[in-house]
Amino acid sequence: MKRGPAFYAQLGFTLFVCAFLIAPVILSILAGVTVNYQSGVQSGFTLRWVYAVWDGYRDTIFLSIGISLACLAGTLILGIPAAYALAKRQNAFSRALEELLVMPVAVPGLATALALIVTYGGVGGFRTSWVFILVGHILFTLPFMVRSVLAVLSAIDLKTLEEGAASLGATFWQRFFHVVLPNCRGGILAGSLMVVTLSMGEFNMTWLLHTPLTKTLPVGLADAYASLRLEIGSAYTLVFFLMIVPLLVALQWLGQARPTKFVAEDE
Amino acid sequence: MTETMKPLAITLTGCAKTFADGTKALEPLDLAINAGETVVLLGPSGCGKTTTLRIIAGLEQPDAGGKVMFDGEGVTPLSIEKRNVGMVFQSYALFPNMSVAENIGYGLRLRKTPTEALRARVGEMLAMMRIEKLADRRIDQLSGGQRQRVALARALAVRPRALLLDEPLTALDAKLRDALRIEIDELLRRLGITAVYVTHDQAEAMALGDRIVVMEHGKVAQIGTPRDIYQRPATLFVADFIGTMNRVQGRVANGGFVTAAGTIPWAGAPAHITEAMFRPQDISLAEGGDAHLRGTIAAAFFLGDRTRLAVNVGGEKPLILETGTRRDFKHGETVGLRIDPHGLLSL
Ligand SMILES: Nc1ncnc2c1ncn2[C@@H]1O[C@H](COP(=O)(O)OP(=O)(O)O)[C@@H](O)[C@H]1O
Ligand SMILES: [Mg+2]
Repeated sequence: MKRGPAFYAQLGFTLFVCAFLIAPVILSILAGVTVNYQSGVQSGFTLRWVYAVWDGYRDTIFLSIGISLACLAGTLILGIPAAYALAKRQNAFSRALEELLVMPVAVPGLATALALIVTYGGVGGFRTSWVFILVGHILFTLPFMVRSVLAVLSAIDLKTLEEGAASLGATFWQRFFHVVLPNCRGGILAGSLMVVTLSMGEFNMTWLLHTPLTKTLPVGLADAYASLRLEIGSAYTLVFFLMIVPLLVALQWLGQARPTKFVAEDE
Repeated sequence: MTETMKPLAITLTGCAKTFADGTKALEPLDLAINAGETVVLLGPSGCGKTTTLRIIAGLEQPDAGGKVMFDGEGVTPLSIEKRNVGMVFQSYALFPNMSVAENIGYGLRLRKTPTEALRARVGEMLAMMRIEKLADRRIDQLSGGQRQRVALARALAVRPRALLLDEPLTALDAKLRDALRIEIDELLRRLGITAVYVTHDQAEAMALGDRIVVMEHGKVAQIGTPRDIYQRPATLFVADFIGTMNRVQGRVANGGFVTAAGTIPWAGAPAHITEAMFRPQDISLAEGGDAHLRGTIAAAFFLGDRTRLAVNVGGEKPLILETGTRRDFKHGETVGLRIDPHGLLSL
C-alpha cells in the first residue's frame, strides 16, 4: 500500500503528541534516580531517593495496595449482582437506578468526602480507620464496575442463555456461576482494571478522608512534593509505577486465563 | 440407541395467559398431547404459539385456573429446571463460554454424571447429529445449521421427557432448512419422544406434525392431522392459512353449485351454503361442454415445469390453478375450468 504525505503528517503529529505526554513521565522518573536534579544527569545516578521513599512511605504503598484490592473486592461483590439485576429487569425503575448509580461520578470527590465526614465523622473508630477511606473509594468506583459489567450483559441475550441452562436443569446459582459470570468476564476485567487504577490514584477525596495514620500513596506523594526534595517526590512516582504496572498486568492475565475444562478432549 | 425413556403425555387445561402489561396472549386453552407424538403449533406471528410452548416448558405460568399435567400429574407450579424437558430455541441459546462438547455435556454435568459416562454420551450425541469434528470448536466458530445441531444434541443428551422446539429452523436459509427439517423428522420418529414444535411455516408443519394445532389470536382454530386440516379446514382462517384455497360465491340448485361463471356439479352440497371452496390441484383446464366455469386470465406465471394461472370468474378473488400444458396464456383470454367434485368443500 502506498502511503501519501498525509499519512506521514499524521504519524508525525501522533508521535509529537506522544512525546509531549511521555516526556514529563520519563523526566520525573529520571529525576528520581539522579544525584542532584539541579545539576542534571551528569551528577550521576543513585538509588538513594528510592530507598528514602521506601523507608519513609512504605506504609502508604501497602495501604494503597490494600485499599485498592479491598475496593476491588467490594465493587465485585456489590457491582456484579447490581449489574445483573439491572440487566434482568429493564423497566423505568431500573433505568432510573442506573442513572442514579452514575451520579457519584458526576458529584466531585470532595463533595462525597465531605458528606461522609459530616455523616460518620463522629464515629471515632470508623473515622480513623482505613475502612473510612475504603468506603469513599467504593462509592467512587462502584459505578465504573456496574457500567462495564452491564455493558457486556446487555450485549448478550442473557434471558435466553439462562432459559437454555434452566431447561437442562440448572438452578439459579448454577446458571449464575456457569453461564452469567463466565460470559461477562470481559466486562468484569475491564471494570476491575478501572477500579484498581482509580482507587490507587484517587487523591481528591482521599486527601480529605485520610488521617496522619491512614495516608495513601497519592496523598504521600503530594506530601513529598510539597515538603521534601524534588528527587524524593520523583522517586516516589517511580515506586508508584513499579507498584501499579505489575498489578494491572497480573489482573489482565488473571482475566484472560481460560476456565478449566470439564469435558476431556476427544482423542 | 439407548433412548428408551417412556414418552410423556402432556395435558393443558384452561391455560390462559395475560402478561403483566395487560397483553392477553392466550384465551383459556385445552390441549392434550399424546405420549410419543409430534404436535406442531402453527399460526401467524403473535398468535400465542411461543407462549403456549413456554407454559408447557415452565418458563411461563398460566393465569390462575390453568393447569399443566405431565402423565396426569400436575406440574403447574414446577419451574423449568425441575420439569426435565428439552428445549431448542430459534436463537440457539448455546453458551459462548463453552466448547461444543461442553455445551452438549452441560446437562449431564449438572446431573453429576461420572466423567466416563458423560464422555460416552457426548460422543454418542455428536455422532447422532454428525458433528463429531466440531467437538472442540467454540460456538462463534459454527454456522447457523451447525449451531442448531449442537442445540438439538444438547437438549437430547439428558434424555428429556419431551422435546420442545420454538421455530428452530426459522433463522436458517431455505436449503439448509429443508435438509435439517428432514433430519429432525427422522430423529423424532426414531427416538419416539413426545415433541412440541412451534412454527409459522405451514409446509414445515405439514411435514413434521403427527397433529397440527392451528392457532389464531390466542385461540385454537383447529386440531387435526395434516390431512384433516388440509382437506377439511374447520374455519375460513384455517382454509386460507394452510396452502392456497379458492373460493367462489353462488347458491345450491338442482344438484349443482350455481355461480355467475357457470354451474359446478355437486351432488351432496349442503343446501344453505353460499360459497364453494377447492384447492388449485382440483381445477383443470377444459374445453367446451367439459368446462364447469368460464373465466378470463388475470395473470399467468411461467414456473418452468408448470404455469400458475389466476382466472377471473367474477368472484372476490381470481381462482388460482396450475397447469402443465406447454401453451402460452394471454392476459384477458377466456378459458374453461373443470372442478373435481371430490375436491369441493364448504364451511
Ligand atoms: N413477555 C411479554 N410481555 C407482554 N406481551 C408479550 C410477552 N410475550 C409475548 N407477548 C405478546 O403475546 C402475544 C403472543 O406472543 P407469542 O406467544 O410470542 O406469539 P407467537 O410465538 O405465536 O409469535 C403477542 O401479542 C406478543 O406481543
Ligand atoms: Mg414465537
